[in-house]
Amino acid sequence: MTDMTAKTAKTRPVAVDSPLRAFMREFAQDKVSVVALTVLGLIVLLALIAPLITPQDPYDLSKLVLMDARRPPGHVGSNGFTHWLGTDAQGRDLYSAILYGLRISLQVGLMAGAIAFMLGASLGTVAGFAGGRTETLIMRIIDLQLSFPAILLALVLAALLGQGKWPLIAALVTAQYAYFARTAHGAATAERSKDYVEAALSTPLSAARVAFRHVLPNCMPPLIVVATVQVANSIALEATLSFLGLGMRVSEPSLGMLIANGFQYMLSGRYWISIYPGIALIVLIVAINLVGDQIRDQLNPRLRR
Amino acid sequence: MLAFVIQRLLQAGVVMMVISAMVFIGVYAVGNPIDVMIAPDVTQEIREQTIRAYGFDKPLWHQYATFLQRLATGDFGRSFVYNMPVLNLILSRLPATLEIALAAVMGATLLGIPLGMYAGYAPHSWLAKTIMGLSVLGFSVPTFWIGLILIFVFAVNLGLLPAGGRGETVLLLGIDWSFLTGNGLKHMLLPSLNLALFKMALMIRLARAGTREVMLTDTVRFARAAGESEWTILRHHVLRLIAIPLVTVFGLELGSTLAFAVVTETIFSWPGVGKLIIDSISTLDRPVMVAYLMLVSLLFIAINLTVDIAYAALDPRLRARKSA
Repeated sequence: MTDMTAKTAKTRPVAVDSPLRAFMREFAQDKVSVVALTVLGLIVLLALIAPLITPQDPYDLSKLVLMDARRPPGHVGSNGFTHWLGTDAQGRDLYSAILYGLRISLQVGLMAGAIAFMLGASLGTVAGFAGGRTETLIMRIIDLQLSFPAILLALVLAALLGQGKWPLIAALVTAQYAYFARTAHGAATAERSKDYVEAALSTPLSAARVAFRHVLPNCMPPLIVVATVQVANSIALEATLSFLGLGMRVSEPSLGMLIANGFQYMLSGRYWISIYPGIALIVLIVAINLVGDQIRDQLNPRLRR
Repeated sequence: MLAFVIQRLLQAGVVMMVISAMVFIGVYAVGNPIDVMIAPDVTQEIREQTIRAYGFDKPLWHQYATFLQRLATGDFGRSFVYNMPVLNLILSRLPATLEIALAAVMGATLLGIPLGMYAGYAPHSWLAKTIMGLSVLGFSVPTFWIGLILIFVFAVNLGLLPAGGRGETVLLLGIDWSFLTGNGLKHMLLPSLNLALFKMALMIRLARAGTREVMLTDTVRFARAAGESEWTILRHHVLRLIAIPLVTVFGLELGSTLAFAVVTETIFSWPGVGKLIIDSISTLDRPVMVAYLMLVSLLFIAINLTVDIAYAALDPRLRARKSA
């Protein structure tokens, strides 16, 4: 039986496919998206195993040799290994620093995205489900917040909360949860009027259970699209804030900070300190956005006639 | 319509009050500007004198009340760092920001909409794919990074354009402008381009998404059946149908340019309001921070109001409902 479905699947889409499999097959048909997803997977893997494949711990100040500072790519350092991507102003091996920086970027981006997702989706679902005063109050605040650019909010909050990972994540969450809330609200309002919600409410289930176990799962598709965009956005925002000196601490350079530190040397032609971390950052963000674009196009019912 | 406008104006007033309280408390809750303002080795007496002179010894609500009282007379206070009225300080920096912001938004709109409409009209052509690829890049790549690359390529490597500053300015209506001199324009080019790329990517994506959806509707099918040329259909029907989200974004982007200008102005040492706010954050210049945030809030509320009214003017359905 499974053999047969596999065979027919190769020739044409089959109606008996589960939605997830159909989704994945359609995704696999777009070559760009597959490449983007592969690159993304590779970056995550590299970031996860960074300590195993880097010659240097870039955060251990005792391992840094000032003599090796600002060396061009290919320089053989006094530690005996080759700095394939050069070194920064503190003598950090840039290859190691970039992989560790990717860890921070991914950590901050995913954490901020996940917290904003939970907060925003809950608020939006509650607003859409409860209606009345609760809805008006929540959505007024959300609309007000959405009328300000996220980068400005994040900038002000980062300035107020100070440097470091958690203040930064708090700033990013505050700047981004509203997008999730608006999306969840829209979806929940549409779901609310459907029969299955009435049916669930007529059973002894609590309203909260119906809202979160029945309505929320049906609001997921648009929320997933927002999530991919927002994770990419928070990674870019983190880098921007760090670049402006309002993000991560100097002792734990994220990609944005590596780029900022290299900026002053760029004018004298030492391009590698800024350029390589920048390329890593962009490949990461572009990969996430390409995957997100494809998911969005596939989930948009208005593009299917 | 008039009742609608009045209602929205009242709402805006309430929102401004709430924002002013939030901004004031937020900015005053952190950091002690006294440590930045006076040398650490001054006597305790001078220190306390300064604290009293600025009213920092009073409780927060009292400081806020004083602030509101002064605000009512149009006084935002004096900058701790520049020692001049904050409003004058911000207004003197505003033209520099407006210059590059307007250039960026206009350029982005005039180029982005046609490109996006083409990409939505022929989504499978190689040109559309190239346009979309570039827009993903413009959308994904952080502004500061594009700025760095622009400096690296055009200023450091090719030596064609200056890396920062406003260049020569000309006095017009009592304000210095860069766009009136050749040298000033040269200085404006990179920062404006830097600001424009993100907006252009946004315009392209919106125009493409709108065009793709509209092209599938019956409107277009009937227009084709009526024998209208593709060009007419695009210009008369599609452009008009996708205009609403584009106008919204145009308005909001004009405002958010002020926020993005922070990054661009920092990189290109462009002496606008964005650079001013970053400098005041690092020097804890509270009056400048509060005034800047209040003015930006005011700006956004004004833009939202304008966009709402523009909606009513553009969408016959909304217009009919309001006049009925």
